[in-house]
Amino acid sequence: MQRQYSYRQLFFSVYKKDVLLAFRQRSEIINPLLFFLIVISLFPLGIGPEPQLLTRMAPGIIWVAALLSTMLGLDKIFRDDYQDGSLEQLLMSPYPTSLIVVAKITAHWSVTGLPLVLFSPMFGLLLNLDANSMQAAVVTLLIGTPLLSLIGAIGAGLTVGLQKGGILLSLLVLPLYIPVLIFATSAIDTSAMSLDYTAQLAILGAMLAVGLVLAPFAVSSALKVSIS
Amino acid sequence: MQFNSFSDFIAMGGYGFYVWLSFGTCALILLSIFLDSQFSHQRILDAVAKQLDREARIKKAKQESK
Amino acid sequence: MWKWLHPYAKAQTAYRLCNILLPYFAMIAVLSLIVGWVWGLGFAPADYQQKDSYRIIFIHVPSAILSMGAYSSMAIAAFIALVWQLKNAELAVIAIAPVGAAVTLIALITGAAWGKPMWGAWWVWDARLTTELILLFLYLGVISLYNAFEDKGSAGRASCILALVGSINLPIIHFSVEWWNTLHQGATITKFDGSAIDPSMFWPLMVNILAFSAFVGTVVLIRLKNEILLCEKHRPWVRDLVKSQTQNVTSEIGDNNAV
Repeated sequence: MQRQYSYRQLFFSVYKKDVLLAFRQRSEIINPLLFFLIVISLFPLGIGPEPQLLTRMAPGIIWVAALLSTMLGLDKIFRDDYQDGSLEQLLMSPYPTSLIVVAKITAHWSVTGLPLVLFSPMFGLLLNLDANSMQAAVVTLLIGTPLLSLIGAIGAGLTVGLQKGGILLSLLVLPLYIPVLIFATSAIDTSAMSLDYTAQLAILGAMLAVGLVLAPFAVSSALKVSIS
Repeated sequence: MQFNSFSDFIAMGGYGFYVWLSFGTCALILLSIFLDSQFSHQRILDAVAKQLDREARIKKAKQESK
Repeated sequence: MWKWLHPYAKAQTAYRLCNILLPYFAMIAVLSLIVGWVWGLGFAPADYQQKDSYRIIFIHVPSAILSMGAYSSMAIAAFIALVWQLKNAELAVIAIAPVGAAVTLIALITGAAWGKPMWGAWWVWDARLTTELILLFLYLGVISLYNAFEDKGSAGRASCILALVGSINLPIIHFSVEWWNTLHQGATITKFDGSAIDPSMFWPLMVNILAFSAFVGTVVLIRLKNEILLCEKHRPWVRDLVKSQTQNVTSEIGDNNAV
């Protein structure tokens, strides 16, 4: 078979398609953000409004809320394409599956993770975060959310062929998110004590690099299993 | 033997509840996973036997109808 | 060099090998379980600090070791299944997962029961206990992913991928949890130091570790046999096997009918 597109063209066409689709149905972008906001506002209601307590808990709350809201859109990464058959066509095309997968994951991140990063300072205000920790929260979210999308895509690829994949997906993926949660919250904690938190950021960055290399292969073999 | 009497052995120096709780649940879990494996072995064999039996009956019925 | 391994890719040969190995494993398991438990419960001296509560070590440590060991063997089997496309290795993954989950559950429960008298709480977010808990989630993920698929062929491959992803993640999870724990928990927890253990406690512990390994081996062999049978149930050799095993039973029923 002849390859009509360069890899770059392929990447951007898949990416553009997914992002465009998400923008057409705006709920896909807005719902995770709303969910994030609701989860964050539930915590003060649950544990009490004392500002000190909230500041202490804020890193954990922000990150748990981020985990949950990226879970929301995870099922969608491959599901629509699987149902209308275009995923199968993409897999059968002569292009490397992992490239297509990377494009789809990037699209998922720009639709769910990136808005979260952009709006996180506002959510930090709700939880009484100081400027230092706010900065750390934004940076950890910026490094951490792509990792969440990468790991989550493995689970999404494994469960795409299943009727009730949603709950199973969270069981598969959430345990794998734990290291991200630990290092990200610890980075924010450290910054709240105005200490240097580059170590945690470095570890997060290393995990992102490993994830970026390995996850696409895992996802593409998972998709091959689900499609066959 | 470390213990002077049987009641000493049960009491485990005051920690009897915790020691026997862990050994009890451990035995229970080990036994149940073993029995589950053993019974499902029998179940599979029975299912195959039933299938064979059915096939034999179908074959027989076909021959009779001829 | 590896040629002698090739026949075992065939289900029937693997089944026969399981049957040959099974009695040895079962014998070792039963013997060493009895010896280990009687020795550990009745004859090993009490610890001078923890008194008799330390006897939980004789099941807690073996189950914790085996929970990790079972996961790594599952990951190795998954790797073999994915790289060399061996069906038997895939079945081994499915056979190991429930046994590993059971052993992990034992490690968790005994850990909690030991923690209550020692730390004063059933559950402490100690690094090892937390890792065991996450390990249990990973096992449950593999099992439920396998059960979710209708088609058992793709179910096996999907759970292999998940097991492998989990095995890459497990060390990261372990170190992150350990690091997190030392960061959050100032209080030092009295733990057994593996090297400082007295021989009178060390040997019963070894016997128990052997017992647990042999037990896990036994149950995995039985489950592997089951999976092979399930997967090959339409093959002639399974039918012959079933026929030869049920011949006696059916002939008895036939006699009864005749009467």
